[in-house]
Amino acid sequence: MSESGTYIVVEPATVSGMVTVRADLADPVVVSALGDGGVPVPAPLALAEGEAGSVLWMSPDELLILTGDVAGCSERLGAVLHGHHAMVLDVSDARLVFDLTGDAVAEVLAKGAPCDLSPAAFPPGTVRRTHLGGLAVAIWRLTETHWQITCFRSFAHHLHAWLTETARPGSEGRSGLV
Amino acid sequence: MAHRLSTGGLLVDRAEPVSFAFDDVWMKGVKGDTLASALLANDKVLVGRSFKYHRPRGIMAAGAEEPNALMGVGRGPRFEPNQRATTTELYKGLKATSQNRWPSLGFDIGAINAAIAEYLPVFPAGFYYKTFLFPRIAWKHLYEPVIRNAAGLGRAPTDPDPDTYEHFHVHCDTLVVGGGIAGLEAARKAGAAGKRVLVLEQTAHWGGRALVDGDRIDGKTGPDWVSDTIAALEADDSVTLRSRTMAAGVYDHGYVLAYERVSDHEPGAGDAPRHRLWRIRAGEIVIATGAIERPLTFANNDLPGVMLASAVRDYAALYGVAAGRQVVVYANNDDAYRTALTLSDARVTVEAVVDVRPDPAGDLPDAVRARGIRVLAGHGISAAKGRQRVERLHVGPVEGDTIGEGHWMQCDCIAVSGGWSPVVHLWSHCGGKLTWDDAQTLFRPDATRAPTGADGQPMARVTGAANADLTARAILGPDRVEAPGEGPCTPHWFTPSKGRYAHGTKHFVDFQNDVSAADVRLAAREGYESVEHAKRYTTLGMATDQGKTSNINGLALLAEARGAAIPAVGTTTFRPPYTPISMGAIAGAARGPLFKAVRQSPMHRWHDDNGADWEPVADWYRPFCYRRGGENRHAAVTREVLNARRKVGMLDASTLGKIVVKGPDAGRFLDLLYTNMMSTLKVGRCRYGLMCTENGFLFDDGVVVRTGEDSFLCHTTSGGSDRVHGHMEEWLQTEWWDLKVWTANVTDQWAQIAVAGPEARSVLEAAGCDGDLSAAALPFMSYCEATLAGHPVRIFRISFSGELSYEIATPAASGLALWQALGEAGAPFGIMPYGTEALHIMRAEKGFIMIGDETDGTVTPQDLGLNWAVSKKKTDFIGKRAHQRADLTRSGRKQLVGLRTEDPETVLPDGAHAVRRVLEYKPMETIGHVTSTYFSPTLERSIAMGLVNDGLSRRGEWLDFPVGDRVIRAEIVDPVFYDPKGEKQNV
Repeated sequence: MSESGTYIVVEPATVSGMVTVRADLADPVVVSALGDGGVPVPAPLALAEGEAGSVLWMSPDELLILTGDVAGCSERLGAVLHGHHAMVLDVSDARLVFDLTGDAVAEVLAKGAPCDLSPAAFPPGTVRRTHLGGLAVAIWRLTETHWQITCFRSFAHHLHAWLTETARPGSEGRSGLV
Repeated sequence: MAHRLSTGGLLVDRAEPVSFAFDDVWMKGVKGDTLASALLANDKVLVGRSFKYHRPRGIMAAGAEEPNALMGVGRGPRFEPNQRATTTELYKGLKATSQNRWPSLGFDIGAINAAIAEYLPVFPAGFYYKTFLFPRIAWKHLYEPVIRNAAGLGRAPTDPDPDTYEHFHVHCDTLVVGGGIAGLEAARKAGAAGKRVLVLEQTAHWGGRALVDGDRIDGKTGPDWVSDTIAALEADDSVTLRSRTMAAGVYDHGYVLAYERVSDHEPGAGDAPRHRLWRIRAGEIVIATGAIERPLTFANNDLPGVMLASAVRDYAALYGVAAGRQVVVYANNDDAYRTALTLSDARVTVEAVVDVRPDPAGDLPDAVRARGIRVLAGHGISAAKGRQRVERLHVGPVEGDTIGEGHWMQCDCIAVSGGWSPVVHLWSHCGGKLTWDDAQTLFRPDATRAPTGADGQPMARVTGAANADLTARAILGPDRVEAPGEGPCTPHWFTPSKGRYAHGTKHFVDFQNDVSAADVRLAAREGYESVEHAKRYTTLGMATDQGKTSNINGLALLAEARGAAIPAVGTTTFRPPYTPISMGAIAGAARGPLFKAVRQSPMHRWHDDNGADWEPVADWYRPFCYRRGGENRHAAVTREVLNARRKVGMLDASTLGKIVVKGPDAGRFLDLLYTNMMSTLKVGRCRYGLMCTENGFLFDDGVVVRTGEDSFLCHTTSGGSDRVHGHMEEWLQTEWWDLKVWTANVTDQWAQIAVAGPEARSVLEAAGCDGDLSAAALPFMSYCEATLAGHPVRIFRISFSGELSYEIATPAASGLALWQALGEAGAPFGIMPYGTEALHIMRAEKGFIMIGDETDGTVTPQDLGLNWAVSKKKTDFIGKRAHQRADLTRSGRKQLVGLRTEDPETVLPDGAHAVRRVLEYKPMETIGHVTSTYFSPTLERSIAMGLVNDGLSRRGEWLDFPVGDRVIRAEIVDPVFYDPKGEKQNV
């Protein structure tokens, strides 16, 4: 059990910067340009690590980059995408990210999110945009026991309250399915 | 525990007594009991009164199908009415209360209805429809209140629920519903095939009828086979077993809701949630829900002590309880003979087996005869008698449609079996069809008409008794099962009474809703031929048990009365949930502060610490005003308005939607979205824009800023950001996919602060700004990027108040620091924060419209006098074509006007209607209504806007607004009350 009295640990994550890229990820020229900019394009529902930082697949035409150097990342992407139809935006303040750690993270998330969170469907490296507790969220899994979740900043207090209530000791589901 | 047997009782531990109270009398059960088995062990046979006639009723079943034994369970805030005693696990200190009785369970005044019914028809089918017709007014004030007082089931709890509830989403390849022989076998097979399997069982134990019926499976006793099978399934990682979890409904695409009663068996004991609603997405659904035994219909068959034969067997075998000491079995099939054998094993006297079949033969009847138990073949029970429980019965030979000369027998329990009905509910919820099985006299799932998934293929299959394979041998095959053979069941829907017809005795079909065979026949006679109509007319099957024990008997009687075949009559519709589920489970965690997410701006905490009086605005909470000292709302709002008009105010405008639109076609795209021209906007300039729906009605507005050659920032209303972003994406993705445009909703990226008032520029300069804020460098409706008080900002010189005004955006994490810096820098100039009400008043003084006040989804820009913002040049935009429709161009449409009351102190009520002529009586013809109305502190008089028929051409006319018993008069004026030339914002 964590200090906050929950059966998984819920903590604000230190993510220093976020950049949204919107571009046609099916266009090999765009993909190659992004690669030149230090942004490898992950497979659908996956994340990839690159020079720029962690790259999360958000949709067929959207990436979210978690980076320690927003200015450098944006500048480099601006240069490599020059002449291509693409959008690069600093959205570092638009969302808050929470670290979720523990053996039962998937189970806690399954109390709100309708997607399949089982180990087979959601191995480390998976990213899903889904909804949870009435909120639009993105969830990704870094290791077996370490996940991250994000939502828009104005809802973050609600997400935190939902996670701490839902991970209340005694409410373990122990289904074995997630 | 007078009726606790010395043998049997697979599920109970006699060494652990559990005390509980029924109607405030303390008794003892044992660990493993249900409330029903514990009551029976204490010889509590009468447990409730019926819904309509208040007749004494007892426990009839041993499972979810129980129609009678509903009681209030729990105490204080955990009290819950209408709980089935048969599915309530006993716990220490359980307090149960009988329902529907006054003044006491033993003597009930409502039962006088039943006494009168001996001579007069009281409450026959359609009674309510026929009786209380006149006078009409009396229904509402007399009949209904009296009937409601007498009728109804248990009382609702009044205190807040102290328990928690939650949802749980899971995905599996195979969902098996039912933990009996067929379900466990299906789970074993699916697990062996490598499927991810979830098995649900509604009771607390596994095995279903394998525990009770005495068959040997795979060379083992039933209980041994069950425990070995469970152990094997538990060892299989791909299989998850869940007891106390009832599959409540099957929905499209393999979606199943299940209801887990996590801690009902130990309420308040731990921190576990009380119920958990499982939301399951299954690749395949295996329905192994078993079957429910049907009662037989004879006179007074509702007396306590008349029970389903399988239930009598269950109580003896599972709980070691004798439902009676002198039992008569009444049946039309072989299976019921097992009950006689089980009771005989437990040394309970079985007086006789009464079998309507003329010549019952085979393993089971032979075994019963071999024990010396009398079998009355070709006989029927024509009546049961007794006061508060069955005391004797009349049995005689079945002679066609009547019962011949017979005799009375003493007994305290009649174990009845009219055959079995497969539990086809889940199969039927999502479109699975049924077929009539004449040989077994039951409806069974029709495998050729299964519920189908998205691919048109069956998404569910059904196995075991639910599929009319009623015996273990039929399910597992003859090689694996040693069991007595069973002969066919003979349909028997009604046993007539002796003597004159309907001599006051009732033959019950639906026990919970008190529907008798005579009611069903009456409905047929009165023309209710459709089973759905007959159901609603008689209320057959409409109680909380949804007719689990009554539907087939009822429709068989209806078929008989109509002279039709049973399949031609058909069944009523099966709807979820299978048994009632709690409201708490449906709500899950969404209660209290988690009920609905509320959006908070980056400065939310500051507002809260500084007197914010909150109001909800779309999903946000925004300060309505900031109260200082002992101020009331009105005083605070007045102060805030006057301070902004005379000095300077600041507003948290972070809630405004902000959407970036970028790409070579961004200008073209915005020209199509907005009614006015956006592509001509110069970089660094702002323009107010309107958005219409395809039907031409105004749905959002805001300032568009051109931030670069190919990029724009679109401001939306506070409630509109998601809607407008969705609208943009929909048009881009479905219609204009050839446009090269990207959008992003950056509402939460930016905190935004409006600084408004004559001193606004001074405040920004005092805060330290590296941009040129002069009117020449940053004129009205322009934009620049700068550093302000050390924070990176975008400054938009736009105004919603009519004052000199800057809206300053900074990354959200800097929002609070900038807000505080501006407050400090503005202190010498008298800056004060203002809330949404001051914002509304100031915009109304300027005649600015508000989406949702002046618009309601039926209002066009032209109606609001905003033609100047609707392009005549553009070839197209969303809504353009609609604006040319006759109804939008006709005269007589409601148009926006200012309203100036005759008495400056009188504020028109919001929504008040103007009438063409004031009359003494209603209705009066209305010609318009008030959309925004305030007392203006600036003008020291009331101001209002409204939508009035042809209002734009009626300036100077006076309107009458009848309000209560007075009439408020107001003149139609220009809606711009303050600074009509715009001199103040343009300095």
